[in-house]
Amino acid sequence: MQIYLPIADIPVNIFLILAMGAAVGFVSGMFGIGGGFLMTPLLIFVGIAPAVAVASVASHIAASSFSGALSYWRRRAIDPALALVLLSGGVVGTTLGVWTFTLLRSLGQLDLLIALSYVVLLTTVGGLMFWEGLRAIMRVRRGVAVPMRRSGSHGWIHGLPLKMRFKRSKIYLSVIPVVIVGVIIGFIGAVMGIGGGFILVPIMIYLLRVPTSTVIGTSMVLTLITMLFATMLHAATNHLVDAVLALILMVGGVTGAQFGARAGQKIRGEHLRLLLGLLILAVGIRFAIELVIRPDDLFTIRETGGAG
Amino acid sequence: MIARAPFTAVGLALLLGAVFATPPARAERLIVSVSNHRVTVTPNYSGEELVLFGSVEKDATTPASRTSYDLAVTVSGPHADMVTRRKERRFGIWVNTDYRQFLQVPTYLALFSNRPFDEIASPEVQRRQQLGLNNVQLTQRVGPDYADVVPNDAFRSAFVRLRSEHGLYREATSAVTFLTPTLFRTGIPLPGEVPIGTYDVEIKLFSDGVLVTRTETAFEIVKVGFEQFVATNARQNGFVYGLVTVFMAMMSGWMASIVFRKD
Repeated sequence: MQIYLPIADIPVNIFLILAMGAAVGFVSGMFGIGGGFLMTPLLIFVGIAPAVAVASVASHIAASSFSGALSYWRRRAIDPALALVLLSGGVVGTTLGVWTFTLLRSLGQLDLLIALSYVVLLTTVGGLMFWEGLRAIMRVRRGVAVPMRRSGSHGWIHGLPLKMRFKRSKIYLSVIPVVIVGVIIGFIGAVMGIGGGFILVPIMIYLLRVPTSTVIGTSMVLTLITMLFATMLHAATNHLVDAVLALILMVGGVTGAQFGARAGQKIRGEHLRLLLGLLILAVGIRFAIELVIRPDDLFTIRETGGAG
Repeated sequence: MIARAPFTAVGLALLLGAVFATPPARAERLIVSVSNHRVTVTPNYSGEELVLFGSVEKDATTPASRTSYDLAVTVSGPHADMVTRRKERRFGIWVNTDYRQFLQVPTYLALFSNRPFDEIASPEVQRRQQLGLNNVQLTQRVGPDYADVVPNDAFRSAFVRLRSEHGLYREATSAVTFLTPTLFRTGIPLPGEVPIGTYDVEIKLFSDGVLVTRTETAFEIVKVGFEQFVATNARQNGFVYGLVTVFMAMMSGWMASIVFRKD
């Protein structure tokens, strides 16, 4: 069934968009990531203008992360204090990111820089997660006792001042690294146009040693707030949010996120990390291939305004 | 009134003079109409095909020897600036290196005729009358200048090819059919992604390779009802629109968590 999108100005198959929303929603619910890095390329592939896709995806991510966050909240798997501290850094990072974005655009070659940072970030993060997950599984297979995650492995991070007790996560940690992580995520999110959940989750697990039980829920809260913010910004400044497209994506997305969250709770932590690592790595490699392989068409057209 | 009468008389004389002075080439008149002057975009809109029909009206001054006509129909959509970029390999990766700017070119362009353009008129006439995609004026910014380039220019042909792949540029030299020697029709296919706006239709009548007469008509593609409402509000009340979208996101997220709540 075809439906006409009022802002994107093209007709699309409603079931295709629903299915795409559900699939990405499932992934985002399962891993606690926004899924923007998956959804945006899919929408562009269907023929929606990149700017409209990015803007509309923000509201879709907000919906599915809200639905996911609610179910994590009921399971007491969200650390509000941790989320708040991360968010305070996130605001600063986003502001810095938007400023950098404007600067880079005036210098030209922004598209290339974004594509390159996608490749570097996705393949590095994905590769590390995949490798770590694989090793954890091998250890379990060989019957070697998995070392306690939070015992004695403190490095310099735990020597920092301004320590704070995050009750829900049962960790006692300095706020400095948490704020810095928030700044980094906010910055990357603004420059690359993604929620940043897929970077936040591994950083929280490996660097901040936040227990896996609260990582995903807390990261979802951060994603939710950033994406609500992004939706408002896109709607108020660029007028590019397609509400009809967003609604279809949301309906598919929230449904998928529910099943994803349930599936995520059933899978063991190291398997989950392995899968997520594999997914991120695959997307990263896809971006890399796109850069290296000779494209089917060397030419592209873009409308630069003046319509009418 | 009195003062203006002489001018009217002069004007009339000039007009009559012009009519009689014009060579017999002016002896035909084109009467055309499109099947729908206002295409409305509704939720289930996925493209449409309009029909243009018309007839060649002869009068007493039409040379009796002139029996066969050729028609060229040009449909051009709203104009816009576009950029065509070319990728090149640099340090092992494909990056956009060169680009050309096309200034105020039609977003939709369809060229129809009853037989191949080179059978209708000489290359010179084809170029002057912009018959065929190769002869249509597509202004580019070349350095500080504005100009159209040769048809086989890489950027120009890539531009035309990419637009054609989406059905937005098309050329069909058998699309116009003569039902009788003077009655004709042609279809105007509009794919789903055609831009909103006003479309100009120009109809040129040729005989023996010479332009005999021409006429114009137009139609518009507009959003109505819900589509119009959404588009207008997105543009004019961005902040409220954003709030509504955010609210929608929260509601659908909340509803899903209620519906799928595991009890």
